Amino acid sequence: MNLAQYLTQAFAQHALLAGGLVAIACGLIGPFVISRGMSFAVHGTSELAFTGAAAGLLIGDNPIAGAYAGSIVVAAVLGALGSRERERDSTIGVILAFGLGLGVLFLSYYHGFATQATNILFGNIFGVGSDQLFALLVVALVALTVMMFIYRPLLFASVDPDVALAKGVPVKLLGIVFLFVLAFTVTSAAQIVGTLLVLSLAITPAAAAQRLATKPMTITLLSITFALVASIGGILASLMSGTIKPSVLVTMISFGIYVFARVIGTPPTRGNRNIIESSQPKQT
Amino acid sequence: MPKVQKAVEFEAATLQFGNRVLWKDLDVAIETGEFIAVLGPNGSGKTTFLKVLLGLQRLTHGSVLVRGLRVGTDNQHIGYVPQQKSFDRWLPVRGRDLVHLGLDGNKFGFVHQPDNAKRAIDAAIEAVGAMAYADTPIGLLSGGEQQRLRIAQAIVGEPDLLLCDEPLLSLDVTAQAAVASLINDYRKQLKATVIFVTHEINPILPYVDRVLYIANGQWVLDTPDRVLQSRTLSRLYGSTVEVVNVRGRLIVLGTEEAAAHHEVEA
Repeated sequence: MNLAQYLTQAFAQHALLAGGLVAIACGLIGPFVISRGMSFAVHGTSELAFTGAAAGLLIGDNPIAGAYAGSIVVAAVLGALGSRERERDSTIGVILAFGLGLGVLFLSYYHGFATQATNILFGNIFGVGSDQLFALLVVALVALTVMMFIYRPLLFASVDPDVALAKGVPVKLLGIVFLFVLAFTVTSAAQIVGTLLVLSLAITPAAAAQRLATKPMTITLLSITFALVASIGGILASLMSGTIKPSVLVTMISFGIYVFARVIGTPPTRGNRNIIESSQPKQT
Repeated sequence: MPKVQKAVEFEAATLQFGNRVLWKDLDVAIETGEFIAVLGPNGSGKTTFLKVLLGLQRLTHGSVLVRGLRVGTDNQHIGYVPQQKSFDRWLPVRGRDLVHLGLDGNKFGFVHQPDNAKRAIDAAIEAVGAMAYADTPIGLLSGGEQQRLRIAQAIVGEPDLLLCDEPLLSLDVTAQAAVASLINDYRKQLKATVIFVTHEINPILPYVDRVLYIANGQWVLDTPDRVLQSRTLSRLYGSTVEVVNVRGRLIVLGTEEAAAHHEVEA
């Protein structure tokens, strides 16, 4: 089959739709993940989605439901345990190590298809059924709505927590809300690119965007665009190649965009270097 | 002149953490338009004083009102200038964005940005003389430049109360003078009240109406020349403290020892 023929197939359409939804959600949270220093939290929640999925497989032959349930547990635990960045990182490390061990234990008791397990780790976008697509759609829409609703206070709380607090922004609550949005989004993305490669949609596009712009809104829009290009591009390229898994190509394209952004993006500089801070009251 | 609403009113306010009393029976009324300096040794509860005014810290006893309202109910009309803290170089935020967040960063939802928002932001940036570097990522600016933008952020909503928490810390002397005078300019123009926590009185001395000096759980509130004299401070610290005037700069000697001494005793 060639690409045009593939595109008439339900599995390919589902994959593209799912990939697009997840990319938008990931691209949106990416800049916040970076400015809040939560890359490791993304990694941690995605790996723990594996534990949830393995538990889901074992209990009800339903890895997706298991992954979402697992991500809720992880977000709740992280929210309850560590609020400071450094403390949070070590907390994630501890839970991550324990959770992975637990996941492996679950899998050793599972006697179904072994591919179910590797799908969790590396993603299986072409296996997306309509139920799953619906779940992805709901998650993406909820994530989008919540993020748009809290965008401004979350930005305030992320870059300037002291003043945000003084202005009455519920900094702590926002942190927890964001943790849940992140956990859900990451778990959804894990179904596309796999738990091991989630960072390529949740962080790489935002990191590339930061190389090219300084305005928060522009960065967010660029980040979403890059995530979409990587996700849709990876799926299309995989269909064309016929053999290479989409998650591999998604990460390749995502990385390519990052390298490109690093090469053409100039590091941010001051508007005017020779303005030395100080006494002259008004610069013109 | 008609009587104006008190900016801040403490009544028998006490704050303690466990057995440690930060201040006791604080009865203080601050008039609208006053410039109040809050002084005291480390750990005397100066920052906590601001937190109480922001509604972020509860009093142990007593009450406090800000413009006749319960604290924390109207923080949008309070400007807050924090200590200068260096921003990450790569933080994707320009000075202009920081000021913008000061205007409506606490608003949830899809806020339609009104035309006058941009005008207000520009006016605030212009007022602190930061237009030339307002579009530069904040992490690339010097401490003094960042603090100018901090002030723009604090004044952009035209608050009638400015709370400043050691905003001059880690700035050089020239920048200190510039920042202090910007804050005073704003106060004059808007008839706003300024409460300025600092450990260094000299840069703001020309502007200060009254000094609230907190030490050892005690406090005194009066004009600078009455508070900043050896007799008053010695009584407050319970040991010899000397205030010397060196070419117009006030230097307070003996407070560190007094504070340390007190801590050992307590």
